[in-house]
Amino acid sequence: MTETRPAAEVWITGIGLATSLGEGLDANWDALQARRLNVDETGFAPYIVHPWAKVSLDAQIPKKGDQRQMEAWQRIGTYAAGLALDSAGVKGNKEILGRMDMIVAAGGGERDLAVDTGILSAQAKGNSAPGFLNERLMGDLRPTLFLAQLSNLLAGNIAIVHGVSGTSRTFMGEEVAGADAARIALARIAAGQSDIALIGGSHNGERKDLLVLYEFGDFNLKGRFAPVWARREHAGFALGSAGAFLVIESKAHAIARGAKPYARLTNVVADLARRNGTGDVKVTLEKLWSKLGELDGGGAIITGATGVEPVTSEERAFLEEHPDFAVRASGTSFGHTMETQFPLGIGLAALSISRGALFPPGDSSGVEIEMPKPPTQIVVLGVGHWRGEGMALVEAIK
Amino acid sequence: MTAPRDKLGRPIVVVTGMGVVTSLGAGKTDNWAKLTAGESGIRTVTRFPIDGLRSTMAGTVDFVPVEPFSSTGLTERLAEIATEEALQQSGIGRKGDFPGPLFLAVAPVEVEWPQRLELGRATASQEPSYDDLLRISGGGKYLAYHRRFMFGSVAARLAETFGTKGSPISLSTACASGATAIQLGVEAIRRGETDAALCVGADATVNPEAMVRFSLLSALSTHNDPPQAASRPFSKNRDGFVMAEGAGTLVLESYDAAVARGATILGVLAGCGELTDSFHRTRSSPDGKPIIGCVKKTLADAGMTPEQIDHINAHGTATPENDKMEYLGISAVFGERAKQIPVSSNKSMVGHTISAAGTVEAVFSLLTLEHQRIPPTINYDNPDPAILFDVVGNKARDATVTAVMSNSFGFGGQNASLILTREPA
Repeated sequence: MTETRPAAEVWITGIGLATSLGEGLDANWDALQARRLNVDETGFAPYIVHPWAKVSLDAQIPKKGDQRQMEAWQRIGTYAAGLALDSAGVKGNKEILGRMDMIVAAGGGERDLAVDTGILSAQAKGNSAPGFLNERLMGDLRPTLFLAQLSNLLAGNIAIVHGVSGTSRTFMGEEVAGADAARIALARIAAGQSDIALIGGSHNGERKDLLVLYEFGDFNLKGRFAPVWARREHAGFALGSAGAFLVIESKAHAIARGAKPYARLTNVVADLARRNGTGDVKVTLEKLWSKLGELDGGGAIITGATGVEPVTSEERAFLEEHPDFAVRASGTSFGHTMETQFPLGIGLAALSISRGALFPPGDSSGVEIEMPKPPTQIVVLGVGHWRGEGMALVEAIK
Repeated sequence: MTAPRDKLGRPIVVVTGMGVVTSLGAGKTDNWAKLTAGESGIRTVTRFPIDGLRSTMAGTVDFVPVEPFSSTGLTERLAEIATEEALQQSGIGRKGDFPGPLFLAVAPVEVEWPQRLELGRATASQEPSYDDLLRISGGGKYLAYHRRFMFGSVAARLAETFGTKGSPISLSTACASGATAIQLGVEAIRRGETDAALCVGADATVNPEAMVRFSLLSALSTHNDPPQAASRPFSKNRDGFVMAEGAGTLVLESYDAAVARGATILGVLAGCGELTDSFHRTRSSPDGKPIIGCVKKTLADAGMTPEQIDHINAHGTATPENDKMEYLGISAVFGERAKQIPVSSNKSMVGHTISAAGTVEAVFSLLTLEHQRIPPTINYDNPDPAILFDVVGNKARDATVTAVMSNSFGFGGQNASLILTREPA
């Protein structure tokens, strides 16, 4: 009987970040220290996006053929996944990669805007023949574009390029998909159903098709950039571009292969508040907070707060009840990267713990205060712009 | 007395409710009758014009009205219908209060053409650009499209309707999605996190762009006439899969919880396994190793040997590649027995319900266990001499079936298998 098997401790042993602030842990850390932003206020005006910091793709995706088979969001993610594997010291280790589990949080790929607008123009010019849409799509769509759009093909590309080929699951569903990816991977390792997993996501914010989707709900930040906490009268998110991946594994597995941990992933919880009236998101956050585990006070919170209303104000009311936690909104520095924001938050938490300091406040609203001592507990928070709430506890390894 | 735990000491996971919708109809009774009669649900598409398409048939579900129509809206309705049936059979919880999490296999979601064309018209431009679309998209007029075209929209709605607990998971592992949804439920119950899980797969994405996309990858059959003969698994002249719609729902419970509340046990989820193929985006590794590994992992997870499997509900898409690789993989694990186990592909009749296939075929596998009758593989009049399966061709076959293996192998290297049994092993 294995009924009382104790939960395995889970360590974060690899972090891969490729964001609008740069690639790798040092570049991102340095940018956060310098409070540097990379915001494009003109290219998509009046909308604001955080463009991806270009890299030499060959460093992580050596075959040009593979690069061509992907759209930007997959290239960003496959690149960041490679960085995470490097960081964990398992890149190229066929034995480990062959049994590594993977859970990717993904949306979908970019559309071919020229094909779309060509069809809309044909319609405007009166082409309403029965098969006109079929004929245009058959003639104009690139055959391989579909594979660059399919949600599960980010994981597919990571398997092909890096050889991560234990298991592969793709979770969809906007922000909370990132929390659920971490939650399920952690639960599986803790229960002995898995030893090591790659989790994360990627997002390309430089996409007009995505802006249209979010414009339906008036969620896009317009006009001028402002930090997340300074958007109450000017609500919205600025889409961000980032790949964020983590390697997590049982402590025993990490020790056996001599891996050095960044931090411990102690717990991940998530829920779906009904959001029927004001207050239920805050109630849900309190409930999740109470499930996280023992919190010592004086820790930090890294939140993926979007800046859209009213949910950001609800989150702020929750944060105000935990004034001894230093808050950082990753959306100010990185933009809103949707499914990727939560894994990005875990990565920033683990990085901060490993560097013995929380990065400086990103604004002067008073929500974010200095944290003079090294953080030993960081809560990662994700509140979806329309649905889904998640929380993780990342801790220093004692 | 039956052991409450499996050979590996884990809680036994049982099925206490199931529901299904396909192009053959709504509900288990209707589907089973037609499936065992060898009827096809594949028809020439009437939902939209087929001019200019290479493949013009599909297993659409045309008897479920959705207004305003969208693929995502129909997906949601099919999931609801299958889930209502499953919950009614199971009798678990109370209406709107399911005591466990939701795992939903669902196709990736995006804005669809009717809505995009509507936006184009609303710009009043002769050459609408995405900037023009952006100009008219805000202000709340199209708020319903945001809600409809979020990836999490179907799961969020199902979670509210059925009162599932916690954060519902929407997942995609391509053609293996349904199997993965079941696997997530099995794992959660084995971990002791929950006594019950609602596992749903739903797909209603027969629309022009989806058909074109698969066509351009040369994945679809072009046997347009007659459409009923298009899906030809294991036949020499098979030429691709037929897109189809459907939904399947399983209520999973721990054996203990099911027995405690006096539920009828319909079958056991004895094992699940998955293994990624990193060879190519749409093709299987030529050595078949990932499929072989997936099948072996599934047997190991169930604590069973190939001798104990007496029916394989094949992935059997009828693409030249899939059926060949499935035979190669199965015969590598099962040896000579691969030629003796009755194998059948439900897809010959209902088509490929893609994201839903794993759950739909799990329901059919459980019905096979219940009725001791294996549905046929229709259109099997020209067997592929290289595939030596004992295909249950054209006519249903009565058989003693105690354990079924159900396979799902998909694009992106997604391989997953399930083993379902009548009684706990």
